[in-house]
Amino acid sequence: MKNSRFSLTFAAALLTATIAVQPMSAAFADTTLLNVSYDPTREFYKDFNAAFAAKWKADTGETITIQSSHGGSGKQARAVIDGLDADVVTLALESDITAIAEATKKINPDWRTKYPHNAAPYTSTIVFLVRKGNPKGIKDWGDLIKDDVQVITPNPKTSGGARWNYLAAWAWAYGQYGGDEAKIKEYIATLFQHVPVLDTGARGSTTTFAQRELGDVLLAWENEAYLSLAEFGEDKFDIVVPPQSILAEPPVAVVDGNVDAKGTRKAAEAYLQYLYSEEGQTLAAKHFYRPAEPELVAPDLIKKLPELKLVKIDDPIFGGWAKAQPYHFGDGGTFDQIYKPKQ
Amino acid sequence: MVHDLSQTAAPAAATWHPATTESRGSRYVLIGITLVFLGLFLVLPLVSVFVEAFRKGPAEYFTALIEPDAQAAIRLTLLVAAIAVPLNLVFGVVAAWTIAKFEFKGKAFLTTLIDLPFSVSPVISGLVYVLLFSSHSLLGPWFKSHGIEILFAVPGIVLATVFVTFPFVARELIPLMQHQGTTDEEAALSLGANGWQTFWHVTLPNIKWGLLYGVLLCNARAMGEFGAVSVVSGHIRGLTNTMPLHVEILYNEYNFVAAFAVASLLALLALVTLILKSLLEMRYGAELRAAGGH
Amino acid sequence: MALGFTLAYLALIVLIPLTGLAWRSASLGWAGLWHVATDPRTLNALKISFGTAFVAALINVFFGVVVAWVLVRYRFPGRRIIDAIVDLPFALPTAVAGIALTSIYAKNGWIGRWLDPLGIKVAFTPIGITIALIFVGLPFVVRTVQPVMEEIRTEVEEAAATLGANRFQTITRVLLPGLQPAILTGFALAFARAVGEYGSVIFIAGNLPYVSEIAPLLIVIRLEEFDYAGATAIAAIMLLISFAMLFIINLIQAWSRRRYGYGT
Repeated sequence: MKNSRFSLTFAAALLTATIAVQPMSAAFADTTLLNVSYDPTREFYKDFNAAFAAKWKADTGETITIQSSHGGSGKQARAVIDGLDADVVTLALESDITAIAEATKKINPDWRTKYPHNAAPYTSTIVFLVRKGNPKGIKDWGDLIKDDVQVITPNPKTSGGARWNYLAAWAWAYGQYGGDEAKIKEYIATLFQHVPVLDTGARGSTTTFAQRELGDVLLAWENEAYLSLAEFGEDKFDIVVPPQSILAEPPVAVVDGNVDAKGTRKAAEAYLQYLYSEEGQTLAAKHFYRPAEPELVAPDLIKKLPELKLVKIDDPIFGGWAKAQPYHFGDGGTFDQIYKPKQ
Repeated sequence: MVHDLSQTAAPAAATWHPATTESRGSRYVLIGITLVFLGLFLVLPLVSVFVEAFRKGPAEYFTALIEPDAQAAIRLTLLVAAIAVPLNLVFGVVAAWTIAKFEFKGKAFLTTLIDLPFSVSPVISGLVYVLLFSSHSLLGPWFKSHGIEILFAVPGIVLATVFVTFPFVARELIPLMQHQGTTDEEAALSLGANGWQTFWHVTLPNIKWGLLYGVLLCNARAMGEFGAVSVVSGHIRGLTNTMPLHVEILYNEYNFVAAFAVASLLALLALVTLILKSLLEMRYGAELRAAGGH
Repeated sequence: MALGFTLAYLALIVLIPLTGLAWRSASLGWAGLWHVATDPRTLNALKISFGTAFVAALINVFFGVVVAWVLVRYRFPGRRIIDAIVDLPFALPTAVAGIALTSIYAKNGWIGRWLDPLGIKVAFTPIGITIALIFVGLPFVVRTVQPVMEEIRTEVEEAAATLGANRFQTITRVLLPGLQPAILTGFALAFARAVGEYGSVIFIAGNLPYVSEIAPLLIVIRLEEFDYAGATAIAAIMLLISFAMLFIINLIQAWSRRRYGYGT
């Protein structure tokens, strides 16, 4: 008898849960797209989603709701692998989308060819954010290991942006030491001895640098660096563009398995295609991304993004993400090798 | 308000004090330690939350709270707590009763199992549900084919919260019930009461305060849980974001004022419930103590 | 019947999910598990997690008992507010606590700016981790000890005093032994909670491998590598150690209860 009372409570509670959940899902009657993205794209996609919804309404007369979810790129990829019903993924690294494709088979293996420019509608690079007036005189990657310089970067193991930082530094050292891997590793190891805090994400590092006033230089996405100037004040920081950096290509893909199950393929494809339109490219440029098709964008929007030598992930030095990811960031990869305990 | 430092009125002569309390000096020292320690470790962070929240004035503060995504987060948090807390309340009372009032083999083992969710890293508490219900697990596809979303939906968040807050009520009651022993219950039983009556009329009044503490803690934790919920939530704005997750999102958008505003709401919520509890205690304390038989 | 319900609920909420965890990490095999467990990075992270949690729990036991005693026994202005504030760490999302503590103890923070000239660094060091863990664990000690203290009948103390015990003797010989199970429980809970803490710690820890990298962070790192087995293996190791320690403490407690005759 006592037992039945308890199970009654239990059942009642479950019932409450079910009822309470109902209206939430019913609220979205029209088409709903879920875009699973990474951290620094929050502001961009907020604007882009509104623009696309307006365009979709004008073209088809349908109301479309776009939800977006942001977080560390790897964590977001894992959520999709574990069953988060994303219609499109717009992540920081090709390897994260590949991981979804391989683990779930929900993304067709040829996803990189579905959209122009290796399915990367906008690119970015890694630059230095320094304190106003650049008191430590940081100009190039070699300056990062000067004795009194403290470098802030997130953890390459947990942050997509930090992997680009790492690879950009590697690429510079590769040129500097003529490809001598022992010397490159020594440089990278020294560089990381200058890092006092490894935040788990790019946004955490920016806060550490800007709010906690820790470190002399922040290795950051170009778009994040400009955003920091806007958020924390132009009078506090300068952006230093090194002579050479890396071309970061954050890719996009439709999650084929999910859109076919939900019947949202048309909208999802239009959504990604719209990234390549004049409006999409302009919005990307406004948020300090480098548009993949700059001729579509008003020149004054991109003139502050300077020309520099950009190494690509597909260059022989890295041999593409499929090779670079495990070689540098896998368990026992170069990052684990250089990060040995201090005696 | 009573400004006397002790429950038992201290006599004027400083050289002598009753053996059931400490000297005036020790009392001041102990109160001093308490104030400094709590001030440094609890009050200061709390104050900093409010300072940050009001940095741009009250208008910004309230704008942050009435924003639709913040409202959705608040509703979801309340819903989750409303399910998780009653479940754990029932369990806590039954488990504590079982452990404190009966002798059986493996009791220490059972107690330890109840403690376990405390020691499981929140990251792991979320992960276990991912392992159970993800689309490449055993249960996930089955639920999905029946149209039930668990992971990255409200049920997953509820489950993770129940897991994390699982031990609170039980843990609060076990030492209390053990301390009280079984004498009262035995008396009731020998006077002809059945098990249920004994529990309702004897045990429950005895544990009222402990139970209230337990529920409040359970509730506070349920609303404030971050790590576990973060793993199973999917972070969809306005849909599966609880208040703590919303705080993280705002913080990551460099919207510090709004982040701390929502955080301050959580802190405030806790403070208000606790002050209510204190008021109740003050108002009905004497009656309840009398009813409790002590 | 009550036992049956307890077991059923326990199984549903705790055991089945944790079995999933054990099953997943078992896929590594003994050799794989051993490899994860003896990896210097893992060992260091475990050492940091358990070490800082232990220190934090000890500090919490001392101050927690004092706080509980003051709250139960003394009446002074603002007591109820203080009583309410003790639960703050439960209510404040751990991430917020971490951010707040970091901003206080960073070198430009309210406290950090005074410590920095003295060469004391708190934020981004193991000291910072300990502070976050003290914050997280304190209410566990206070709230387990407090209700038991409230139950202490003053007659016991009066009797002790009548028999010639001074206040110190009454406290150490009569009161503390009675409180011991609760204190131990409080310690165990504060410790166990601290070991797994993630949200507040990552902000203040610095997260440098071998220096300030906690075990839960290592789990997250393994997950980022899509290495579920490695992640669950570390989790299982942490769980085993925590379970063993909690179990020992619960045994001691059961034993001391029999010895001091409470609950009989």
